[in-house]
Amino acid sequence: MGVFQPSDEAQAAEIVAWAAAESQSLEIVAGASKRRLGRPPHADHRFDVSRLAGIVDYDPAELILTARAATPMVEIEAQLEARRQMLAFEPMDWRGLLGLENEPSGEPTLGGVLACNLGGPRRVRAGSARDYFLGFAAINGRGERWKAGGKVVKNVTGFDMCKLQAGAYGTLSVLTEVTLKVMPRPETAGTILLPSLSDEAAIAELSRALNTPFEVSAAAHLPAPAARRSGVAAVAQGHGAVTALRIEGPAPSVAFRADAIEKLFGRGARLDAAESGRLWREIGEARPLLGAGAACVWRLCPTSSLAPAVVSDLHEKFPLAEVFYDWGGGLIWLSLDAGEAGSDGGAARVRAAMTLAGGHSTLVVAPDAIRAAAPAFDPVEGALAALSKRVKTSFDPCGVFNPGRMQEGQ
Amino acid sequence: MIKMPLPDREVLARRLEIVAALRKIVPGEGVIEAEHERRAFECDGLTAYRQLPMVVVLPQTTAQIVEILRYCFVNKVKVVPRGAGTSLSGGALPLEDAVLLGLGKFKRILDIDIANRCVVVQPGVTNLGITHAVQTHGLYYAPDPSSQIACTIGGNVAENSGGVHCLKYGLTTNNVIGVEMVTMEGEVLRLGGKHFDASGYDLLGVMVGSEGLLGVVTEVTVRVLPTPPGARALMIGFDSVEGAGDCVAAVIAGGIVPGGMEIMDRLAVEAAEAFVHAGYPLDAEALLIVELDGCEAEVDHLVACVEAIAARHGATSCRASQSEAQRLLFWAGRKAAFPAVGRLSPDYYCMDGTIPRKKIGDVLRRMKQMEAQYGLRVANVFHAGDGNLHPLILYDANKPGELERAEEFGNDILRLCVEVGGVLTGEHGVGVEKRDLMTAMFDEIDLNQQQRLKCAFDESSLLNPGKVFPQLCRCAELGRMHVKAGQTRFPDLPRF
Ligand SMILES: Cc1cc2nc3c(=O)[nH]c(=O)nc-3n(C[C@H](O)[C@H](O)[C@H](O)COP(=O)(O)OP(=O)(O)OC[C@H]3O[C@@H](n4cnc5c(N)ncnc54)[C@H](O)[C@@H]3O)c2cc1C
Repeated sequence: MGVFQPSDEAQAAEIVAWAAAESQSLEIVAGASKRRLGRPPHADHRFDVSRLAGIVDYDPAELILTARAATPMVEIEAQLEARRQMLAFEPMDWRGLLGLENEPSGEPTLGGVLACNLGGPRRVRAGSARDYFLGFAAINGRGERWKAGGKVVKNVTGFDMCKLQAGAYGTLSVLTEVTLKVMPRPETAGTILLPSLSDEAAIAELSRALNTPFEVSAAAHLPAPAARRSGVAAVAQGHGAVTALRIEGPAPSVAFRADAIEKLFGRGARLDAAESGRLWREIGEARPLLGAGAACVWRLCPTSSLAPAVVSDLHEKFPLAEVFYDWGGGLIWLSLDAGEAGSDGGAARVRAAMTLAGGHSTLVVAPDAIRAAAPAFDPVEGALAALSKRVKTSFDPCGVFNPGRMQEGQ
Repeated sequence: MIKMPLPDREVLARRLEIVAALRKIVPGEGVIEAEHERRAFECDGLTAYRQLPMVVVLPQTTAQIVEILRYCFVNKVKVVPRGAGTSLSGGALPLEDAVLLGLGKFKRILDIDIANRCVVVQPGVTNLGITHAVQTHGLYYAPDPSSQIACTIGGNVAENSGGVHCLKYGLTTNNVIGVEMVTMEGEVLRLGGKHFDASGYDLLGVMVGSEGLLGVVTEVTVRVLPTPPGARALMIGFDSVEGAGDCVAAVIAGGIVPGGMEIMDRLAVEAAEAFVHAGYPLDAEALLIVELDGCEAEVDHLVACVEAIAARHGATSCRASQSEAQRLLFWAGRKAAFPAVGRLSPDYYCMDGTIPRKKIGDVLRRMKQMEAQYGLRVANVFHAGDGNLHPLILYDANKPGELERAEEFGNDILRLCVEVGGVLTGEHGVGVEKRDLMTAMFDEIDLNQQQRLKCAFDESSLLNPGKVFPQLCRCAELGRMHVKAGQTRFPDLPRF
């Protein structure tokens, strides 16, 4: 086991070419903040690309940002903040969730966010990381430097390779430079809290709210135990479940829409911009479950309207389970008690519950032994598995990158 | 003119046998063989290219598509998928030795799911048909190509089509959440669904925009959005296109993402005004239309903000619509820009490059020089928010050599787009038209990597060959690893 730390793209490509020729495999690491996400890869060497960092070009009026892949998110966010812009998919910091909060290493990087295709609460309205990923330079598993996409916001030239790299967990290519579409930051925001709804009623109300033309930009439901753990006083002290709707935009518009929402859904507490920001950061980072003493945390993406049925099935199987909902029900965060989860982290029973609802499930937090044994991502089967394998081979024929990170052999 | 691959004589010789086999799969009128009937399919929206297909088949079920593709795969027959045939890049151009697979009979809306804001449709449903199906619920399908009455959602998926609203609401790829597709080998795959994202590789993401090269789409699930309660448009005149471009940059830098922002140059404005009498300022060198949508409080607030920005950026005139009828009138000229320009000249050729918006001045200046060089005029309409240019080159196909000159002019414009940091196509696709320009944007390694992905989906290279890539895929050769163990030197690099 060695550690390679290339200082530039040419060196990085040379290392990959060597690895391919010598049948060596590489675990790609930049900030290492998401190393505990997905299956633990079994690689011969560590490929530390953290020196491929720095913003290359940021042009706010063009809504374009180009950066080397290992640029820390704090640097990106500071630059965007200064020009009152943002990454609309609201990337979240999972160091707390993954138990890395007290470790010195582990700066989330832009490349990592893209490789894992993460999107926070605004995903329900604005899409995920993949939707803002415009172009890149990368190194394929042959050690060749290649590029795709462009540096403009609208482009359909050639296959949309960005989509494929996003969410591939570094198993297809090493991203070295990426271009994203950025968006103006809303002038202000507010959140309306509806008290004490049952899960079923809450998801129905969230759907109704998302169907209004009032541009709800985030929609979550915290059952009582999750709500109690919130750091936002108005949420924690509601003595019950809290359903939250966020409105963002120019001040006069936010005031108007918040009133309109209250007319339809009844009066609730309102959070101002600062508290609203705090609540949604907490939700994106899954903090309402962190105090649960969980052994295993799952992230489920069902068809939104079926989320309460999935959860009630899960409660039958795991009486101690705790959940909360984001994305209007399209995302369920589930935390399982160690004893109840069992040796597969609950995988078999969780996935059986999800067959009701389509969608997919990811085991996000679990002890290493369970992570190694239970598939973190839904197993891909049949013709789709064969195609996925061919896709992997088309980029990385020798299996150099992150072996086993997504699936056995992938 | 772009050369298409030479037809396979051996396949042509089997034509009757192939027709008979297809008739067994799709009985009755679903197989079109008579020459005069095939004629209707000889081109798409890129009308300069025409080719009679070997045979046309119009299946009605996914099962039939599976059988057709299996048959063609086993018998090494090429297949060209086709929706409504409105592609402007020749993506649906038939091949002499290929089956043209039309999806026109896949017209059913399968599921309208209001709670989850999605609609499941067959690929032959028109873009506008989706909005019609949900508008009574206050919902609509956001991507709105100008061809939306005619073009199919299957074609939109293949081309990743856009429209005037895509800066704010995204292209097709941001609004399609699931597809069912059939591979060239006849396997049915489901990618995505009604839920958010999917596990495994984002194959849905590459299917969108794959120009019919990776699979045949047989069902599409789209996200629909609440219809904005209102919208107003501003019509702003400038004495230069750069001025209009600077104003667009200032609007965006000011934190506003309008529903649409369109620039038209003087020639396009004159043509449109003569055609629809929208009240466009004829003294302006450039006209900027900005549309703001949302609730009334927001729209009125933003209209005032944009008016102020326009005034600061040297607008020579500025009017905001005061009624829905007036808003539609402001748009009428822009929407009719293509046919209006069509009245200035027997033929026009529509280009589709994207540039960084700040280069608009440079690019237009260079285009003016090229007008002189080629002896042809250009009218410009421009999706200004996202830098997507639509130069319309005016020519007369009946004059010998003019079509070729127009094509060369178009190629030069696209090379220029790439040179200033932009791309060959913003929404119309590469197809046949821009195929041989791909090397202006991508090197051999880039294109090989794209082709390897093609090989992962269609190793036989039978699906829509001759499109997108300047060279046909040689999958076996591309798959080979040329490095041999022990031959590369051990990298002399920092190790810890
Ligand atoms: C007047 C006019 C205005 C236009 N305006 C716009 C615009 O504003 N924005 C824009 O983006 N485009 C525009 N276009 C271009 C065109 O309408 C779009 O590209 C459209 O998506 C094509 O749809 P179609 O059904 O006509 O597809 P076709 O032209 O039939 O096919 C297009 C491509 O898709 C493939 N294909 C079709 N169906 C399938 C399927 N089911 N499975 C797999 N592959 C398939 C074909 O092989 C071909 O490569 C315009 C065209 C015209 C004529």
